[in-house]
Amino acid sequence: MSNAATPTADEMVAPRPGDPPITAELVADHGLSPDEYERIQRILGRDATLTELGIFSAMWSEHCGYKNSRRLLRLLPTEAPWVIQGPGENAGVIDVGDGWALAFKIESHNHPSAVEPYQGAATGVGGILRDVFTMGARPVAVLDSLRFGDLDSPRVRYLFGGVVSGVGDYGNCVGIPNIGGEVVFDRGYEGNPIVNAMCLGLMKKEELITASATGVGNPLMAVGSRTGRDGIHGATFASEELSEGSDESSRPQVQVGDPFTEKLLLEASLELIASGALEGIQDMGAAGITSSASEMAGRAGNGVELEMKQVPTRERGMTPYEILLSESQERMLVVAKKGREDQVRDILTKWELEAAEIGRVTDDGRFRILEDGAVVADIPVLPLTQGCPTYERDGVESPEIQALRATDLSEHLIPQGDLTKTFLLLLGSPNVASKRWVYGQYDTTIRTSTAVRPGGDAGVIRIRGTTRAVAATTDCNGRFVYLEPRVGAMIALAEAARNLVCVGALPTAITNNLNFGNPLKPHIYYQLREAVLGMAAACEAFETPVTGGNVSLYNETDGRAIYPTPVIGMVGVIEDVSTIIQHAFATPGDDIVLLGTNTAELGGSEYLYVTAGLVAGAPPAVDLESERALQQAVLAMIRAKLLRSAHDCSEGGLACALAESALGDGDAPLGVRVQLDDEVRPVGVLFGEAQGRIVVSCDPGRTDEVLRIATRYEVPARNIGKVTRGDEGFQVTVRDASVSASVAALSDAYFGALPRIMDAPAKDD
Amino acid sequence: MKAAVISFPGSNGDYDLYKAVQLVGGTPTFVWHRDKGALKAYEAVLLPGGFSYGDYLRAGAIASLSPIMEEVVAFAKAGGPVVGICNGFQTLCEAHLLPGALIRNEALRFASKHVRVRVERTDTAFTTDYAKGQVLSIPIAHGEGNYEADKGTLERLEGEGRVVFRYVDAAGVATDAANPNGSWHNIAGIVNEAGNVIGMMPHPERAMETIVGSADGRALFTSLVGSLTSSLAGSA
Repeated sequence: MSNAATPTADEMVAPRPGDPPITAELVADHGLSPDEYERIQRILGRDATLTELGIFSAMWSEHCGYKNSRRLLRLLPTEAPWVIQGPGENAGVIDVGDGWALAFKIESHNHPSAVEPYQGAATGVGGILRDVFTMGARPVAVLDSLRFGDLDSPRVRYLFGGVVSGVGDYGNCVGIPNIGGEVVFDRGYEGNPIVNAMCLGLMKKEELITASATGVGNPLMAVGSRTGRDGIHGATFASEELSEGSDESSRPQVQVGDPFTEKLLLEASLELIASGALEGIQDMGAAGITSSASEMAGRAGNGVELEMKQVPTRERGMTPYEILLSESQERMLVVAKKGREDQVRDILTKWELEAAEIGRVTDDGRFRILEDGAVVADIPVLPLTQGCPTYERDGVESPEIQALRATDLSEHLIPQGDLTKTFLLLLGSPNVASKRWVYGQYDTTIRTSTAVRPGGDAGVIRIRGTTRAVAATTDCNGRFVYLEPRVGAMIALAEAARNLVCVGALPTAITNNLNFGNPLKPHIYYQLREAVLGMAAACEAFETPVTGGNVSLYNETDGRAIYPTPVIGMVGVIEDVSTIIQHAFATPGDDIVLLGTNTAELGGSEYLYVTAGLVAGAPPAVDLESERALQQAVLAMIRAKLLRSAHDCSEGGLACALAESALGDGDAPLGVRVQLDDEVRPVGVLFGEAQGRIVVSCDPGRTDEVLRIATRYEVPARNIGKVTRGDEGFQVTVRDASVSASVAALSDAYFGALPRIMDAPAKDD
Repeated sequence: MKAAVISFPGSNGDYDLYKAVQLVGGTPTFVWHRDKGALKAYEAVLLPGGFSYGDYLRAGAIASLSPIMEEVVAFAKAGGPVVGICNGFQTLCEAHLLPGALIRNEALRFASKHVRVRVERTDTAFTTDYAKGQVLSIPIAHGEGNYEADKGTLERLEGEGRVVFRYVDAAGVATDAANPNGSWHNIAGIVNEAGNVIGMMPHPERAMETIVGSADGRALFTSLVGSLTSSLAGSA
């Protein structure tokens, strides 16, 4: 291990006047254990100064150092011939053909959003955009994966509304279309919302730039906004549990976003990269200057020396500690080529931004911080960036969850009252209902390349000048992961892949956001390990390696953890944009074909949550090989232009999937007449969430060909009915049971649900 | 058509306008808001959507005072065609090239969707390639698109037929339900008295190709190219 580096006592480093002594308490306040501090003393060969303690605290936080997850993350496949850049950079990069590369990554802003939803979410978008454009790619799309408690709480409605405004305002202002994501409501997220934002960026392959501080003597320049006192220790904050008082006392740890500056920074950065004046560039994200400078030095095997007095600050009197740990937004650290500093300054000036030379690349492998020439921190780079202690914890499944999983759900297969009423209730539950209230606040059409907008299975961005497009989706059913983490994680990947193939995209890679509780608790560590194992298996099966991501642990409020939620951000490639289809049925008279098999599985379903308030049972079984076959079959059908629509069955089951295809975007809804003769209880057929199912539609003249392709891939398939005119209504029959409603009733339930909740006049309590 | 696409700090629709001009065979050029004497070489000036200066203060307010705007005003006064879309429309109102103002959407939320607008006039430089009464599907994406003017101004606009686009439903009727932002009289776009300056909230430049959902915006740009060609031919 690199932390065994020979200590070199440096008498030059002394505490600053007024620095408190390093006590056990102070160490604990910095989120470091006594053992970890001892390791720091060994690395330094002496006591740390307060400044150094702050630096280690940030770099060895879960957020930056992945101390509880790194060993598990090594289990994930990261390689494929099309992967250009795997984990470890600002964003992953894959080859998408015709000379183009796609940079993409997902990141969480859960804790800040729990405290200040608008700014927390806005800065989450800002950070992920910077991760992508610092690779040299122009951001072309954003997705957001959001989770909240149940909407009957005013606090949850406030968080939900604030997060959506924050995501929207930031992306809208910078001018990046939002092309999808997910919004989930479940009491499992009460108090600790999940806010994950994903960004896609496109570049020509040769435009790729990495975040390395190469070339000894090259200047480091701080670019963009000034450094202020906001967000100090955000990385450490993100690695703690929340408690009752968190919303007030933690506000100063939340950053404030300025999308206008971000837009200027984006244009300036891309121009800087194109100018060739840079060696490397990195966002000053979590842990600010500390992480960007030390990581860039670490990747190049070099050192850096920074003078704090040269850093442009928003207020006077900031200490090195504050400057180093500030998470003020819209800042970049660039390594310029020596002699081209003026060119860098000129470009920044054009975009009305600042650039200040704050240090240089050195050859001694040290992270050295000066204040007016006096050394206030001097740390070997590699132990700092790579030497974060990593832990393998004990993982034991909670007996409570074992019992939940074993719950007998057979009584729930007996319909409670009128099936149609249940169906409309389910269709109008916030988890199934249209999220138009959300994406109606997001610009989805700017940059004029959005081929599939939010509201369907996956978003699609065409690549100008080619016949190609990239598709993306985010998915995770936290209930399934909660009930059985390994299976739940596989399902998250399976659903993501189904969503991609439904628009005609070949799944190619993933980024993941592991949102979990406190890993020091054995039952949480168990969830984390099992979920990673499930993910690894599905990544192998689908040939979708992981190219990077984010880990967000300690998502707990007053000791209660969220559902384990490993959000999968999956990307895919479409070779011919003329083959793209969407989820909406197209033409009355078309045949509806169901691919896959209905089952009586109800575990973890939305049906159970809505009708019985239950999150229980085993999640539906998932078979990775048959999922893969299903993906290939649907892609073959779409490439042969046989289909008019394709839609994945997920929350709400087959009945809701059929309704969603019938309603489309609501502009010209169609009807459905479907007859099923499954030997499975109707509740299971209609509302169960069996995996491996996709509903497609086609011209009746092509049905035989569709069924033949299904047979070739050994995918169960059958013609289950017809698309009808809207005025013919929606009717789905399972043997002698049926749901039957007018399209207007469907539309009202599905599109009306969220506006009814969110736009209702405030009630006096 | 040689068209200047003005870029303010914070403009983000400039790229889409640039591409739209290219798609109808025109020659677009980005003109930075600080460029002096830049507009003489162009036949049309286009003000893009976006958040110029972050929309801080008021949408379009700071942009209307930026160096290039003096030249845009002069260009417009000389009869040159000027198109302001979304933030560009807001800027034209702030610069008093168009009457009225765009205030926050009635629902107080950003609104992004495809809307339907009816073409009210086909005798402007921007609409000759449309049919009168034609209903177009064009996206909107704005937080402040609620067109507001005093009664006298509204009466004049209507009386002089200066409302060029109006929000309508699928049947082409201007209903409240079809109005996405609360604009008076469902107004989506207007022209100045001389008819050479148009401002509109919907984004025709984002409706140029069916792959992105609609090509109904294309005729606005072909109309402009056509009118310039015919005025050059001396038939204007």
